[in-house]
Amino acid sequence: MNSSNGSSVGTQRVKRGLAEMLKGGVIMDVVTAKEAKIAEDAGACAVMALERVPADIRRDGGVARMSDPSMIEEIQAAVSIPVMAKVRIGHFVEAQILEALGVDFIDESEVLTPADETHHIDKFGFTVPFVCGATNLGEALRRVSEGACMIRSKGEAGTGNVVEAVRHLRSILGDIRKITQADNAELFQWAKSLQAPLPLVQEIAETGKFPVPIFCAGGIATPADAALAMQLGAEAVFVGSGIFKSDKPELRAKAIVEATTHFRDAHVLARVSRNLGAPMTGIGMDEIHESQRYASRGN
Amino acid sequence: MTVGVLALQGAFAAHAECIQSLGVATVEVRTPEHLAAVDSLLMPGGESSTMSQLLLSSQLFAPIASRIAEGMPVFGTCAGMILLASEILDGRSDQVSFSAIDISVRRNAFGRQVDSFESSIHTPIGDFHGVFIRAPRIERIGNGVEVLGTLGDEPVLVRQGNVLAASFHPELTGDARLHEYFVQNMTQTRKV
Repeated sequence: MNSSNGSSVGTQRVKRGLAEMLKGGVIMDVVTAKEAKIAEDAGACAVMALERVPADIRRDGGVARMSDPSMIEEIQAAVSIPVMAKVRIGHFVEAQILEALGVDFIDESEVLTPADETHHIDKFGFTVPFVCGATNLGEALRRVSEGACMIRSKGEAGTGNVVEAVRHLRSILGDIRKITQADNAELFQWAKSLQAPLPLVQEIAETGKFPVPIFCAGGIATPADAALAMQLGAEAVFVGSGIFKSDKPELRAKAIVEATTHFRDAHVLARVSRNLGAPMTGIGMDEIHESQRYASRGN
Repeated sequence: MTVGVLALQGAFAAHAECIQSLGVATVEVRTPEHLAAVDSLLMPGGESSTMSQLLLSSQLFAPIASRIAEGMPVFGTCAGMILLASEILDGRSDQVSFSAIDISVRRNAFGRQVDSFESSIHTPIGDFHGVFIRAPRIERIGNGVEVLGTLGDEPVLVRQGNVLAASFHPELTGDARLHEYFVQNMTQTRKV
């Protein structure tokens, strides 16, 4: 998209560029302007504006949709850091609305109720960048082929249980490591088994890395969880219910920010993990029926 | 010679790759001990309010300020430029900066992400493809600050002594000429 003065907006480089700027940071789910301020005060690099955190969406059931624009605008007015918001998988009109609001990043999210069971949004058609969740490398590459500028693990949102995010990160990053060792003939088989475009598989083999930043999301509740995700190879973390469903959100938010920066320094991790009060209670995976799992939505 | 890259938050990895492509070693700086091991420092883009808080909680603010005062070469891009500026407009009230270069900088002055853009910029060392992400704008330039690069009429690359600052992102274009300028013209002419 070119403007009259020779500058271009909405290019892949500009869109992926914001994802680069968020690396090493913590993106926090907030449902009010007050929570957004708390997140910014704690050092969040961005906030995700939504009406209900995933734990409440899980509890309430029903259809979960894009948030009310006035609520998103209140949060935009309250903070100076980037504001993200969620749309339902495949709901490109919700995305058009969020772009019109000037949201900085759109999360096409399995946490909301999918609007389209087969198609994701054509994300190349937007000036605003998109992040999408993935459970494995094939899914991650399909989202990039649709124009996603950031990939995050899906994890299992709203559980306070990091086990699924760890599974997804290990799967995605482990397969990337294997592809960098593969020969040309093996790359065809990789593309076939991942159901992913061959050129993107070849790009990983050539550059040794995934085409866009990979962040962790889904179930992070403690500073140690955040550092675990970073040591596994995530480049930043999303924290959803984990902060504002805990006893002391201000302290926990700041601790998770410090833990994400100093993720290899166990002394810092020990210091920031002290006296944070109770984390969110959390849910074991065997307590959630297969049909209630968000990670299987949209693959 | 070792170039430090402030690695509290933001695009530090891309900067480190640019420096390494010149055959120069880098160290990620997160603690005062890391800082002590470097000869110069890059401050990347990211969120300046986040970095401001982490500079304080990581006990890095005072040691970096004194190293800059002693003449350590430093190069800040986008949020890094904000951290180096003498005045921040539209920042958080508790946001700290090193006042290392006499400019006033307005945060997010070009608008939100949907207004982020790439464009050609002109400098004495050649034309650059400038990527501007929720970029800050230099609204005032003090005496002694040299304008090295412009976008149209406005300054986007400035230098004062040992401090170089850009409102755009040279690390996102795989073009290491500015990093080379920093390494060759600023770090090697330094009086020890």
